[in-house]
Formats: sequence, C-alpha cells, structure tokens
Amino acid sequence: MLHIEDLHVNVGDKEVLHDINLHINEGETHVLLGPNGSGKTTLLMTIMGFTNYTITEGKIHFKGEDVTTMHAHERAKRGIGMLFQRPPTISGLKLGKLLTAISRTKNENITTLAESVHMDKFLERDINKGFSGGEIKRSEVLQLMIQKPDFIMLDEPESGVDLENISLIGTAIGSLLEKDKHIVKRQKSGLVITHTGYILDYLETDRGHVMCDGQIKCHGNPREILQDIKQRGYKECLECRHT
Amino acid sequence: MPSHINAPELSKVDQERLAQSGIDLAMKNRCGSYLQMDQDIVHAECAQEGIEVLSYKKAFEKYEWMKDYAWKVVSPEKDEITQYVAGQKDPKGYVIIAHEGSSNILPIQACLYLGRGQIQHVHNIIIAEEGAELHIISGCTSGAHVGKGGAHYGISEFYVKKDAQISFTMIHNWTEDIEVYPRSASVIEENGVFLSNYVCMQPVKKVQMYPTATLIGDNSVARFSSIVIASKESFMDLGSRAILEGKGASAELITRAITKGGTIISRGHINGKTAGTRGHLECKGLILQDGRIYAIPEIEGSVVGTELSHEAAVGKIARDEIEYLMSRGLDENEATATIIRGFLDVKITGLPEALQKQIEAIIDVAEKSGF
Repeated sequence: MLHIEDLHVNVGDKEVLHDINLHINEGETHVLLGPNGSGKTTLLMTIMGFTNYTITEGKIHFKGEDVTTMHAHERAKRGIGMLFQRPPTISGLKLGKLLTAISRTKNENITTLAESVHMDKFLERDINKGFSGGEIKRSEVLQLMIQKPDFIMLDEPESGVDLENISLIGTAIGSLLEKDKHIVKRQKSGLVITHTGYILDYLETDRGHVMCDGQIKCHGNPREILQDIKQRGYKECLECRHT
Repeated sequence: MPSHINAPELSKVDQERLAQSGIDLAMKNRCGSYLQMDQDIVHAECAQEGIEVLSYKKAFEKYEWMKDYAWKVVSPEKDEITQYVAGQKDPKGYVIIAHEGSSNILPIQACLYLGRGQIQHVHNIIIAEEGAELHIISGCTSGAHVGKGGAHYGISEFYVKKDAQISFTMIHNWTEDIEVYPRSASVIEENGVFLSNYVCMQPVKKVQMYPTATLIGDNSVARFSSIVIASKESFMDLGSRAILEGKGASAELITRAITKGGTIISRGHINGKTAGTRGHLECKGLILQDGRIYAIPEIEGSVVGTELSHEAAVGKIARDEIEYLMSRGLDENEATATIIRGFLDVKITGLPEALQKQIEAIIDVAEKSGF
C-alpha cells in the first residue's frame, strides 16, 4: 500500500527527516513511537502532502504510484487520509458544510454518521471552534468516515480525550480500518502515532517503529516496543545507533 | 395576493440582475413591492393588512402628518447629496408604513433600478408604528449597459416606534460605472429593534454611506451587518454609527470585508451616552489580492456603566486551513472558496429565515464564480 524509500525532508532550510524507509502492506496497521519532537508528525504531514515539508530526496509510492510530488488533494483522492492532532479552527465554516463538501458524490447520510459519533449537535457549529479535545477527535473521525480513505494516518487520536471518548473513537477507528473483518479480507491500512498506547486496545497493530531525531531507529512488535519504552523511556533509543 | 410585477421593457439579462439583487418579480415570497426605474414609479402596493407601500408623493397627499417624518433624522443640509435630493421639485422614493400592531412575515421588496446614465434620486421614509414588525428587502441595481456617469442618491429615514421592529436588508448589484450615495438614519424608541443588513458582492465604482441609528428608547436594539467584496476599481467607504441614549440600549456593528484589489474603508462608531448601554463593533477583513482594507472602529463612552468593545482584524486565508481541506480531497480553489464562504457567513439574530436565505443565495452566486 505505502512504500517510502530513502526519504529526506526539509522544513525551511533544515533537514528534519533523514533517510526514512517504511513499508506498510494492505490490511496492516503500524504504530509510530518516539519522543516529542522526534519527527513523527512531520512524517505524517509529509505523506499527506503539506507544502511546508519539502522532500529533498527519496520517494513515496502509494498503491504502486509515485505520489512524491502530488498535491494533498490528489493524494486524498487516491485514498490517503489523516486524523489531525490539532486541526485548525476555521471561523464561519460549519462542520456540516465541510462534511457535505467532502461527501460530494458519495451521497452519505451525514446526520446518521454524525449521530454515531455523537456529533449531530455540532453540524451547525464552526469547525473546531470551542470544541473540547474529544469533540475535535470525534469531528476528525466523522470526516474520515465520509472520506473513507484506504490508508489512514492517525496523529495521537487519544490525546486530550477522556476514557469514555477513547472507547468511542477507538471503536470508530477500528471499524474504519476494518478491524472487524477477517484478517485476509482486510484492505485498509493505517499508521498510528501514540504516546500512551491506550488506542491500541481498540486496534490490533502489526508492526511498530521508533523514531528519534528524524530517523526510524528500530522496528518490531508494537506491544513489546511500547512496554520497553514504558519501562526504560526513550533514553536507550536516543543512544541507539542501530538503524 | 400581491400581483406579478410587469416590467416589459427589461431585457432578460436585466431581469436576471434584479433577481440577483433579491427582487422577485413573480412576488412568490413577497407581500408587497415598490419598483422605481430611473425616475418612473412602476409599481407600489402591499397585500398585507395594516402595511402600506406608497410613493413618496402619494403618501404626502394621503397623510398630512407625513411632514413630521420628512428630513427629521437626516438633515437636508448635511451635504451636497442631501441638498440635491431636498432641492427636487418632484421628489421620488417610497414610504412604507406599518400601522400599529401589524406585521409581515414575507418581506416587502423595494427595487431601485437605474437604466440610464443619470442621477437617480429617492427619498424613502419607513415607519413602524407601536408594536409593528416590518421586514424589507431593498434591491438596488442597474442595467447591464447603463453607460458612464450613473449615480444613485438615496435618502432613507427610519422610525422604529415603541415595541416595534424593522429589518432592512439592502442588496447592491451595480456595475463598475455607478456611484452610490445612500444617506440614511434611524431613530429607535423603547424596546424597538432595528436590523440593517448590507450585502454587496458585485463591482461598483463608488459607494459612500454612514447610516446612523439613534437609540433613544430604553432597551432599544440596533444591529448593523455588512458583507462586502470590493473588486478591482471598486471604492467602498462604508460605516455605521449607533448612538446609545436609552437606558439598556444596545448595538452591534458587524462587518465582513474582502478585497480583490479594490478599496474598502470600514468605519464604525458607537457612542455610549447612558449607563447600562452596551455596544460591540467587529470588522474582519480578508485581502485576497493587493488592495486596501482600512478599518476605523471608534468607540466612545462618556458615563460610568456603558460597556463598549471592538475587534478588528485584517489578514489572508491561513495556508494550514487551505491544506487541511485539501487533505480531505478539495482542490485548492474549492478549499479557498469554502473558507471564504464560511468567512462571509454571518447569522443575523432576529432576521426572518426567508431573508437570511436570500442573503445566503446572493453570496452563493458569488461563490459559484469563485468569488
């Protein structure tokens, strides 16, 4: 599904991601771990196609197609989607209006979908204006439910969310990633950034990667890595020269 | 039932232009109508009981007391525009009177159409008697080919009596060679509500206006909302003023201004003269192409217990907002138009749904052409 080769990314004049290689197959969900500021969000924003992040070397292939130079909307149309950790507030733009714009030809029943994540009362509200942490994430999930991407990047879906909402959001994301389907029938893929690992109770994940200083330092079983980090912190990762 | 308006001399294009300024010739969602083409009064009637739509001349023939309402809140000596209109031997314009306790759910439409290169002058007087509720949509437009030098001088005087309400939604749909000089003022009595909305999405050579509301009654309310786009070469000098005199009087002045190369001067002045008065002034501007947005918000308080505030911001559309929408599959133009549409979306408290929808429809037309 997603193949990233030897990717180097600059923000301004500074290189912030160095030589990233990442392969996510159809039906797989991977976890991206790493300390604050290590470059996890940068990687997601780069894959999504945000112009602030300049690819200086390397390639991103999606479903066999080179998307390295494509605009964000072209990537979205090909099936890449993202749940933002801190999406912008857009004054005057109603959540319902945005959902209609996203759905276009898909003819979704927006109200029913909104009810399923308890966002039906927010359709006439300015997007993200005065939303709580949980409301922001539920609005993000709702947009993805309509967008229906094949590959979903989730940037800390549990941050700022209370326990009750984690369950709601986790279940909804699980179904977006077809976790309710048999493993051989699963076609959706994901990449999740998490610090706490709470979200992993709702999403079985296949592989974990640890990012430090703009590099992916190691790979492995996501639960094992998380356990390790919980016990020892990122100190050893930072010192690790094993890439 | 109000009758269909016949305007046979109007071309299809110009009929379309009337529709885009909120005028419904079929009268489907209107209870009354006034149509003035250049200096000819084509139509003046109202089907709603208790509400009269009259030409200025007829109103003065019918009611002796009309003289108590002419040039009382706008001074004829104010400037050369008012002097010009006051000097007319045969004054034009309309008088709308909502008699005591009357109300209209479907608005009255007033259309001032400029078909020839000349000065069109009108003097309008709008009265809502005690407890009346009056909603008016005023569409001002010109023919697609007026020629050079067209101008519109419009005097409007509003009287909102005790417990009465007037909403006045003015939609301008001029062309690049028209100059427009409205001069209007209102006086609002106890518990009265005055809503004044202005929408201009199309080019105009020059608009200059500074309507003033004097809130003399206790707990009276005035809300001014302006939604404007200045194309290249458009010069819009807009403002609104509220003078808070009655105890508990309040005013809100909201502006959304976009320049695509033209100039917008957005003035505003709230004067709190009495304790317990409140006022808020808000101007938000977007510069899409190099032009000028000059916001001059003024708040003036002279007694303990008046609360006044203002906020003004001028900027561009944030890149992260555009890209956020692009990540949902909208291309850059769609994303930009969606954000602008949101920016212009002002919900006006107390405005009937039909009028709110009419304002939205006018903005939708502009959105379809990518603003």
